[in-house]
Amino acid sequence: MKRRFVPVAVLAALLAMPVYGQKKYDPGASDREIKIGNTNPYSGPASAYGTIGKTIAAYFNMVNEQGGINGRKVTFISYDDGYSPPKTVEMARKLVEQDQVLFLFQTLGTPSNTAIHKYMNMRKVPQLHVATGATKWNDPKNFKWTMGWQPNYQDEAKIYVQYLLKNKPNAKIGVLYQNDDYGKDYLKGIKDGLGAKAKSMIVAEVSYEVADPTVDSQIVQLQASGADTFFNITTPKFAAQAIRKAYDIGWKPLHFLNNVSSQVGSVLKPAGLEKSIGLITTQYIKDPTDRQWANDAGMKKWEAFMKKYYPEGSLIDNSNVYGFTVASTLHQVLKQCGNNLTRENVMRQAASLKGFKVDTMLPGVSITTGPQDYAPIQSVQLAKFNGKEWERFGKVLSSDKM
Amino acid sequence: MTKRNLLLLALLLAVACVLPFIVSDYRTFQLTLVLVYATALLGLNILTGYNGQISLGHGAFYALGAYCAAILMDQAGAPYWATVPAAGAVCLVAGFLFGLPALRLEGLYLALATFALGVAMPQLLKYDHLAKWTGGVQGIVIPKPEAPFGLPLNADQWLYFFTLAVTIVMFVLAWNLLRGRIGRALVAIRDQHIAAEAMGINSAIYKSAAFGVSAMYTGVAGALSAIAIQYVAPDSFGIFVSIVFLVGIVVGGLASISGALYGALFIQFVPNIADEISKAAPWAIFGIFMIGFVYLMPTGVAGATRLLLAKRRKSP
Repeated sequence: MKRRFVPVAVLAALLAMPVYGQKKYDPGASDREIKIGNTNPYSGPASAYGTIGKTIAAYFNMVNEQGGINGRKVTFISYDDGYSPPKTVEMARKLVEQDQVLFLFQTLGTPSNTAIHKYMNMRKVPQLHVATGATKWNDPKNFKWTMGWQPNYQDEAKIYVQYLLKNKPNAKIGVLYQNDDYGKDYLKGIKDGLGAKAKSMIVAEVSYEVADPTVDSQIVQLQASGADTFFNITTPKFAAQAIRKAYDIGWKPLHFLNNVSSQVGSVLKPAGLEKSIGLITTQYIKDPTDRQWANDAGMKKWEAFMKKYYPEGSLIDNSNVYGFTVASTLHQVLKQCGNNLTRENVMRQAASLKGFKVDTMLPGVSITTGPQDYAPIQSVQLAKFNGKEWERFGKVLSSDKM
Repeated sequence: MTKRNLLLLALLLAVACVLPFIVSDYRTFQLTLVLVYATALLGLNILTGYNGQISLGHGAFYALGAYCAAILMDQAGAPYWATVPAAGAVCLVAGFLFGLPALRLEGLYLALATFALGVAMPQLLKYDHLAKWTGGVQGIVIPKPEAPFGLPLNADQWLYFFTLAVTIVMFVLAWNLLRGRIGRALVAIRDQHIAAEAMGINSAIYKSAAFGVSAMYTGVAGALSAIAIQYVAPDSFGIFVSIVFLVGIVVGGLASISGALYGALFIQFVPNIADEISKAAPWAIFGIFMIGFVYLMPTGVAGATRLLLAKRRKSP
C-alpha cells in the first residue's frame, strides 16, 4: 500500500509545484547557482578577442562578490575553441551535456556559432547574445533559441548608405572588404541599401585576406578607379594601414570606417590622428580611448571595475567595454528571470527587454527586444573624427525604423 | 600474429564496443573524433613514418575529404555512408597526382611544397567561383544521421559505431598493406632509396602510390569528421590541422600502426587538459606536454609500449 503511495505523492507534489512555487529550474540552475557556458578564442588567429571572455568572467566575479543574482552565484565556465568550428562543437557539447549549463552566452565568431546553431536549437538550450554581427542570428521563427546582441553588419552598412544618398547622391563608391562572412555581410548591406543604383555607383570592389601583410596595393587600386567615396570594411590592423596609405598617396575620398575598427587608441593613433580627420563611423558603446568620455560617470564605473576585477586587462581596449556591456545585459535578463530559471524563461526574458540601458552605451542607445525581435541593439549614431575625438552628429538612428 | 596479440585485440574491440553504453553522449562524440583522427594519422604515418616523405599539408586532404562528403550530401542528396568511399576515391586521385611532381622534391623541399598546399587550402575553399558548391566562408551545414533499421542506438552512439566500423576496415587494410611486400618496399625506400632501386623497386611508383593511399586515408577521415561535426567551413581546416597531425604521428610513434591510435588520443585530449590548466597560455602547456612526451618516449608511445613489453618478457 505504502509503495503504491510514493509515486502518487511525487506526482501530487509535482502538480502542486506551480501553485506553491515560484521556483522552477532547468539543468544548470538551483537555489544556489546559475551555471553559464561560453567559448572564446583564447588561442589562435582571433585570440585578440579572448579578452572579452575574461572581462565577462571578471564581471560575474564582481556580481558574486556583491551577493549574486537573486541570491544565486553565477558560475561562468569558459573554454578555448581557438576560433575553430569543430572545437566549438566539441566544447559546446561539453558545456551542455557534461557541465550541464543552463545556457550558452557570448560564444564568439560567426563560423563557430554557425557550427552549433542547429545543435543548440535541437537541444532547446539558449545560445544567447552571440558575439558576432552577422544578420542571421535574428531569426526567431526558425531558430528561437539563438539571439544576437550587437548591431548587425548589414544594418550598419545601410545607415552609411542612407547618409550617403542624402548628402552625396552622385558618389562613386570604392569598397575594401575582408574576404570572409563579416566582409561579405557588410557588402551585401551596402548593395541592398543602394538598391538599383548599386551597379552604377560602386566603381570598385576589392578584398583582402586576414593573412595578408598589407592592403597598400588595394588602396592604390581603389584610388585608380576614380572612386570619391570609400567604404572601409576592415579589421583594426588593416583599417590603420588603409587610412594611412590613402592619406599618403593623396587620395581624399569621403571615408566610411566600419564600427569594428573605430577605436581611437588601436586604429586611429597608429594610422595618424591628423590622417584620420573626416572619417565617418557609427558607434553604440563608448570608446575608452576617446577623450570626451574621460570624466564620464559610466566609463569611470567601468574603469573602477577593470582595476579591481580584471587588473591585467587593457584600459584602452574597446573589447573590454564591450564585454562589460554585454555582461550587464545578461545580468538584467537573469534578474528578470527571478526564481523561474528555466531555459524557456531565459529566452522569454531576453526577448522582453524594454529600453534597457547600460552606462557604457552611448546616450540615446538602448536595448529593446520582443518575441519577434531578436536584435537587441539596433540603434547607433553617426560620428565624424575631428582629429582628437569622435564628434557624434545627427539623431540616434535605429535600423528598425529605417 | 601471436595468440596473445589476438586476445589483446579482441579485448580492445570488446572495450570499444561497450564504451558508448557506459559513457555520456558527449564522451561518445569525443571518442568518435579520436577514431577519426586515428584514421587520418594512420594515413600520414604511411607516408611519413613508413615511406619517409614529410608532409606539412595533410590538413588539405582532410579538408578535401570533408568537403567532398558535405557537398555530395548538400548538393546531390547522397546518403552519408556513400560519401565516405567517394571522398576516399577523390583524395586517392588527388594525392597520387600531387605525389607525381612531389617526387622530384626530397626532405625539406617536399615539406615546403606540402606546406604550401596546406596554407592554400582554406583560401581555395573561400574562392568566389567555387562558393556555389563550397558555401564560401559560410561553409555547409549537414544533417546528423540517425541509427538505421530501428537499432536501439541514439545518433551519437550510431555515429560512433559507424566510424568504428570504417576505422577497423581502414586499419585492417593498412595492416595487410604494410606487413607485406609493399610495406617492406616503402621502408626500403625510406632507409636506402638507392639500394632499394638496385633491388628492383620502382621508387617513383611506390612513392606516388604512398602519397595517394595516404591522402585517401586522410580524406576518409575528413569525410567522417564532416559527418560527426555536421558542419564544414574554411576556418576548420587551417594549417594548424596539418601541424597537429604531424605532432600526432610523432608522439604516437612513427612507422607504427598502433601509434596512430595513441597519437589520436593525444591530439584529442591533451589540448583540453592544457586549456583546463591555463586559460592564459594553453599552447605553452601543450608544448610542455609535447616536449615531455618526446623526451621520455623518443620512439613515441607505441615504441615505449613495445620496449616495456619486451623488458617484461625478458625479466619474468
